[in-house]
Amino acid sequence: MAAIANQSLTRRAFLRVSATAAGGLLISFYLDSPLFAQSPAKVYPPDAFVHIQPDNTVVITVNRLEFGQGVQTSLPMVLADEMDADWSHVVAELAPAADVYRDPFYGIQMVGGSGSIAHSFQQYRELGAKTRAMLIAAAAQKWNVKPEQCRTELSVVHGPNGQSLKYADLATAAANLPVPETAPLKDPKAFRLIGNDTRRLDGRPKCDGSLKFGLDLDLPGMKIALVAHPPIFGAHPKSIDDKAARSLPGVLDVFEISTLAKGTAVAVVADKFWTAKQARDRLQIDWDSTGLQPADTPQLFDQFKQLAATPGNVAVSRGDLNALDTAPTDHRLIAEYEFPYLAHTPMEPLNTTIRFDGDRAEVWAPSQFQTIDQMAIAQTLGLQPAQVTFHTEMAGGGFGRRAVPDSHVQREAAQIAKRMKGTPVKLIWTREDDVQGGYYRPMHVHRVEIAIGPDGLPSAWRHVIVGQSIAAGTPFAAMMVKDGVDRTAVEGVADTHYDIANFHVSAHHPEVNVPVLWWRSVGNTHTGFVMETLIEELALRAKADPIAYRRKLLKPEAKKTLAALNLMDQKSAAWRKQLPSGHAIGFACHECFGTGVACAAEVSIENHRPRIHRVTVAVDCGRAVNPLSVQSQFQAGTVFGLTQIVPRGAITLKDGSVVQNNFDGFTPPYIADAPVAIDVHIVPSDDAPTGCGEPPVPVISPAVVNALFRLTGKWFRSLPLSNI
Amino acid sequence: MESYTLTINGQSKQVTVDPSTPLLWVLREELKMTGTKFGCGISACGACTVHVAGIATRSCVLPVSLVGDRPIVTIEGIGQDAVGRAVQDAWVSEDVVQCGYCQSGQIMAAVALLKSIRKPTDSNIEQSMGGNLCRCGTYIRIRQAIKTASQKLL
Repeated sequence: MAAIANQSLTRRAFLRVSATAAGGLLISFYLDSPLFAQSPAKVYPPDAFVHIQPDNTVVITVNRLEFGQGVQTSLPMVLADEMDADWSHVVAELAPAADVYRDPFYGIQMVGGSGSIAHSFQQYRELGAKTRAMLIAAAAQKWNVKPEQCRTELSVVHGPNGQSLKYADLATAAANLPVPETAPLKDPKAFRLIGNDTRRLDGRPKCDGSLKFGLDLDLPGMKIALVAHPPIFGAHPKSIDDKAARSLPGVLDVFEISTLAKGTAVAVVADKFWTAKQARDRLQIDWDSTGLQPADTPQLFDQFKQLAATPGNVAVSRGDLNALDTAPTDHRLIAEYEFPYLAHTPMEPLNTTIRFDGDRAEVWAPSQFQTIDQMAIAQTLGLQPAQVTFHTEMAGGGFGRRAVPDSHVQREAAQIAKRMKGTPVKLIWTREDDVQGGYYRPMHVHRVEIAIGPDGLPSAWRHVIVGQSIAAGTPFAAMMVKDGVDRTAVEGVADTHYDIANFHVSAHHPEVNVPVLWWRSVGNTHTGFVMETLIEELALRAKADPIAYRRKLLKPEAKKTLAALNLMDQKSAAWRKQLPSGHAIGFACHECFGTGVACAAEVSIENHRPRIHRVTVAVDCGRAVNPLSVQSQFQAGTVFGLTQIVPRGAITLKDGSVVQNNFDGFTPPYIADAPVAIDVHIVPSDDAPTGCGEPPVPVISPAVVNALFRLTGKWFRSLPLSNI
Repeated sequence: MESYTLTINGQSKQVTVDPSTPLLWVLREELKMTGTKFGCGISACGACTVHVAGIATRSCVLPVSLVGDRPIVTIEGIGQDAVGRAVQDAWVSEDVVQCGYCQSGQIMAAVALLKSIRKPTDSNIEQSMGGNLCRCGTYIRIRQAIKTASQKLL
């Protein structure tokens, strides 16, 4: 990252760009939350987003983390298109933490909620258009012509009399011009990059080992820290014997730090990873877990099921539920679902490097939450955020795990850096720390009672959801928890697009001594599963075609879901007619984060497991900025979604401790678990673009389980799937 | 501490480390070759895959003391090889990567596969690549890129 830092220092001589953020939305969104009370930068300071180098390379700064979702390519595409930059000479860099890089909608610098393109598409278009207008103005002045007489192409301004100047040759002059209030945006018909399949800018360096992730950071004099975490969340060391650990050459220090869930952990700092690992293994710690709830998975499911039998805090209530009592018994359906905790396990283990110099600190972190992590580090070190220089490092996945409201990894790293003042220390969470370290997709129980009308459609629906609140106790509670209901637990049910007149959804949020967190697509992981398996079941009971049944039950305003459903129907029609024997199809559709998705999965059973031969996915995400990237997100996100049905796709607890501790115990999908073929189809659209990171996840598991019903006659309602 | 002479990507390298140190950490910390990744430390994910005497090997569980004089090839050197280059090119042209963290290991596993089977079937691919985890889930494109590289090499 050193090269990038140097570039930043020299950037001020070049182009100045400014624009206005959509601040109004932010204020209403975060009004109640003191953490976010400060409004975002209303005016972007000069040179924050575009830097034209003397060789005509255009460096575009990306205001959020790249961790696989492709935003480091798509946002530069948007800016470069409006700017008419030569794409073959565009370079992207990740922005450090700074107010100007806050998400225009969320008001903090972050990635989440599939917001990257949805929130910054307009922002980056305007930035590109203003940059272009300033370059044209500079050229027009130089040639003494009117700006309207100039045109731009491939990083060159052309004048009316055959003149031409490269952007690089105009940058200094343009930088001295006032930033226009507005600049005309392109007619979408004139887009040259937006809407075209574009390979990732980071493709090659991720294939030759040259790209540096946060974990790859190397600084002069840097040391490595590992932390021994309590075996039960919130426990404290009663006694520590660190003699054997300290006797290892290379071990610098062993000390207690506060850790997640208000517990106390033991940090080991050493010269190398292997030294720190061996030292940590040699620590003998007696832990005190007095007064802590010993979470236990079977007991929790029992408790959750008891709660599910009673109504919780009401999320939505309309019509009446009389039909639940009056419908004939063969027109009633009662279903209970179990979902375990799930770990994110991004491939790059969690890490943060900090050097604390007393009155300032420098941080290198693969973070989805720059603003929050920077504040947490500043607070831990007794500094102001402005005294903490925060570099955003490329991250090896995240799926929500690098967006933690309490910044527990950064707080650990900051305590260690404080003790090791003057020495840069990289804190590494090993895979064991990660798998056992909490912040899981919460476990849930759903209980649903449905009355089926004479037309086969649901005439009344009572739905109780039991699971921990993700937002409670965090700064996000103010906007996410309403009337005792965490909306991330009920999203996908409470806001369903199915037209169910008599509908009651409520939620219980028991407290459990296990930290929980958003996991790619958040509540939709379980709510989508419940809704789509139930709708398929209702369709099959009604002896209806499941696609036609959904079409009939979806409200007309569910335009995106319907468009995706219809496209999926059309694109899978041919292969659905030619199923080999022993194969079956399941369907699902779901809308979340503004994107409608539908899929059909062809499944057989091999060795008591579902074998997924083929999946057709259709998506309506508004305008697809980079269709190639949309396709990739939906192919790979489909595989990610299978995490919840693979046999070892569960985190369980026994006597307060997590049972699994690495990929041998918590085992996400490998290549043999993945579909052999996934074809992705995008609904053509001129609507504003919506997200593609989270929406691929919810549909595949219900589609597979729906296919399994056709093969086995059984509805699988407890995840992960045990042997079939 | 012991001294070892390792042959890595055709070059001789001297290191002095604890004999139990896994090759992975010798590469990453002693030699600053960070293209080989730490994912699990128990040979369960394949992010640390390198070639040891031509065999795809999990460097996270191979103590440096057991390497001996076997030549090591890492992601940084695999492009010097015709098969390695073809696989890297196919990975780029098929736009395989997302977060990219596992892809060094995936590429090393794919090169080993194509060196032993020039035209692998889907089942060959699943067997050879079966222990390499991609949390993003890029397997569809990994499969396609192996086939693309295979065609180039035939």
